[in-house]
Amino acid sequence: MTGWEKFADSFFNARVAMEYAPKILEGLGLTIVLAACIIAAGLVAGLVLAVIRAMGVRPLNWLIIFVVDLFRALPPLVIIVLLFFGLPAAGLSLSGFAAAWLALSLVLMAFAEEIFWAGISAVPRGQWEASRSLGVPFLVTFVLVILPQAIRMVIPPLVNRTIAITKGTALASVVAVPEILGAAQAGVSFSFNPTPLTLGAIAYLLLFLPVVIFGRWVETRFAWKR
Amino acid sequence: MQGFLDAFFNVEILAEAWPILLAGLLQTLLLSALVVPLGLIGGLILALLSTAKTRWIRWPLMAWVDTFRALPPLVLLIFIYAGLPFAGFEVSAFTAVAIGFFLNTGAYYGEVMRAGIESVPAGQMEAARSLGLSRAKAMRLVVLPQAFRNVLPDLISNTLEVVKLTSIAAVVALPELLFQARQAQSVTYNATPIVAAAIAYFILLWPLVRLLSTLENRKIARG
Repeated sequence: MTGWEKFADSFFNARVAMEYAPKILEGLGLTIVLAACIIAAGLVAGLVLAVIRAMGVRPLNWLIIFVVDLFRALPPLVIIVLLFFGLPAAGLSLSGFAAAWLALSLVLMAFAEEIFWAGISAVPRGQWEASRSLGVPFLVTFVLVILPQAIRMVIPPLVNRTIAITKGTALASVVAVPEILGAAQAGVSFSFNPTPLTLGAIAYLLLFLPVVIFGRWVETRFAWKR
Repeated sequence: MQGFLDAFFNVEILAEAWPILLAGLLQTLLLSALVVPLGLIGGLILALLSTAKTRWIRWPLMAWVDTFRALPPLVLLIFIYAGLPFAGFEVSAFTAVAIGFFLNTGAYYGEVMRAGIESVPAGQMEAARSLGLSRAKAMRLVVLPQAFRNVLPDLISNTLEVVKLTSIAAVVALPELLFQARQAQSVTYNATPIVAAAIAYFILLWPLVRLLSTLENRKIARG
């Protein structure tokens, strides 16, 4: 066999690819489900924290800032490992999926809170004053006047951060979740051939390349007005 | 309560695991000191190439950057570490991590620096050139210093992410902080080493997070 044939046989082996494609496809489905759960929980929790912070209760705000700092400083994999291998010692066993979901949701929550908060504080004071002086109650002003402007301003950083954290779903393979990477690694050890890894990489590119390009587009479309 | 303390904040276990964790922390610092400059160099090369006028350089470059931004870093790392031996290249965990980080963080730093260079008005380059500076000198002395300053918060933010990311080296058995903590935990059947590692990461990176928050808030205040 020439070098190239050997290379092709290793990384693009049609027989192995046929055998493991269904597993990778299942992994792709699981990655999408996990990502969707993380995005939903993380963004909602982040927005809720930002709204609470906007109420301006001092001790509560210190607590929020600490929690946000904590989950911005800790590596996601450390949180996943702590939840998966540590919590059972407290009599609380999480599945790999639940541990990965909770860990990455907390991380996304922290980053989203910072970004939403930045948006809320960037809305000019005059918007508050104008709305309040028209007799609109505090909460209604907040929901109908402030939040829409704030959220629109922070869409680009929010989208990019969400994409970056969603890619962390690959970390779930460490706690034995058969998502794309987990399925691919299992395939490699069964077949003694790296083709499943090639398939896995292609699956990730199919999933995330459009998302990354979408992020680029959002950045130009919703650019901060300076 | 005592049970909880014994499971997560056990002083005896910590005293026992301390040397292992310290070795891991040093390895994490060493690894960061290697991969951050590596990523910065990779990013600078990409950013400089992206100033090229011809699309025959710019388009392949964009495809390269987007590919490595789309692949999760752990996937890249596993591919290099577990895949390359099949192609006849034996790579150590350290080499695999270095290559993976060069490709991944290089792409991210590249994007940040490109944005920085684009944020410097074209007049700066033109003025420097008309004063007789060569293109390279104008880039180095006039454009790049301004570019770096403009995107400093993003550079710091990216560096924070890179240091956090070194924890994935644990997956290829490189004995950094998280790996050492896992080892200690599986020997002692106690979660304290992992809690200690988490606290170490927090102490190491909290100042950076605080600094970033301040820089971001200042940016908002300036509007």
